[in-house]
Amino acid sequence: MSKEGLISVHNTDKASYKAYVTGFLLSLFCTLLAYLLTVNHVLSKSWALALVIATLALIQAVTQLTLFLHLGSESKPKFKLLVFSFMTIVVFILVAGSIWIMHNLNHRIMTPKQINTFMEKQDDGGL
Amino acid sequence: MSEVETAVITKVTRQTEQHEADNKTLFGFWVYLMTDCVLFASLFATFAVLHSNTFGGPTAHSLFSLPYALAETLILLVSSFTCGLMILSAQNKAKRLVLIWLGITFILGAAFLTLEIREFSDFVSRGDSWRRSGFLSSYFTLVATHGLHITMGLLWILTMGYQVLKRGLTRITIRQLTLMSLFWHFLDLIWIFIFSVVYLISGGLNI
Repeated sequence: MSKEGLISVHNTDKASYKAYVTGFLLSLFCTLLAYLLTVNHVLSKSWALALVIATLALIQAVTQLTLFLHLGSESKPKFKLLVFSFMTIVVFILVAGSIWIMHNLNHRIMTPKQINTFMEKQDDGGL
Repeated sequence: MSEVETAVITKVTRQTEQHEADNKTLFGFWVYLMTDCVLFASLFATFAVLHSNTFGGPTAHSLFSLPYALAETLILLVSSFTCGLMILSAQNKAKRLVLIWLGITFILGAAFLTLEIREFSDFVSRGDSWRRSGFLSSYFTLVATHGLHITMGLLWILTMGYQVLKRGLTRITIRQLTLMSLFWHFLDLIWIFIFSVVYLISGGLNI
């Protein structure tokens, strides 16, 4: 192995500076855009706007993951990426599952008023 | 084989071994960060479920100030960037620059934390503490957990500053600086979702 080979282990960062600046500017853009869209309430439907904001957040997350946290830049057995993928699956099940189940429960639960009318109905039937 | 060659080979083997050990440490830390993600995900899920249970108290829409949250977000984003510049300087063995960027990152992080604590104390002084409603409980738990991480990060920055001052940029301090920068970037990543979900979608759009 040549002497250069030893030194190059640490010296990979001419492009890295560019990566940080790009990541910073992209993040800044996403943040400000999401903020302005929300404050000016540009879409009449809140749900559509929420979806846009969530997408912007995801774009910014991917930007920072690749450019700041260097995800995906490791050499071949990509264990970091593997653990990351597993984490996203767990997070997805956890968050989507919770929202789904709790939404369903909320939907099925009766308000006191509903319980009253229900019981009155039962009484009618019984008597 | 000449003596020089043997020496070179020994050195290469040692460096490869050290490099692999560093990679293992890095990977272990990465696994920790991923489990931390799961912790935050459960808090996010809790917030998503409870955010409209205001129990007659303030709603997210009436409580949050978006410009204030934007200021916090931008400060943290810039600190994440300066942390990246710090790690680049560390790789270029520029000790003074490392200390300067560490200092700037610390100041920005402390500013973020101050803003957050002021926001919290403002809410609490108006009677809107975590005891007020399910929404506020989940809000305080989620955001304060992030704040606690930031506090730990600030302590870590301080100790790293001390170590760099005392020991210089050795292989070990550079490794620790790398871990610290990963941690700090990770906290900014979590904050993106807090800003988007808690402040913008729940607060701004009133969903």
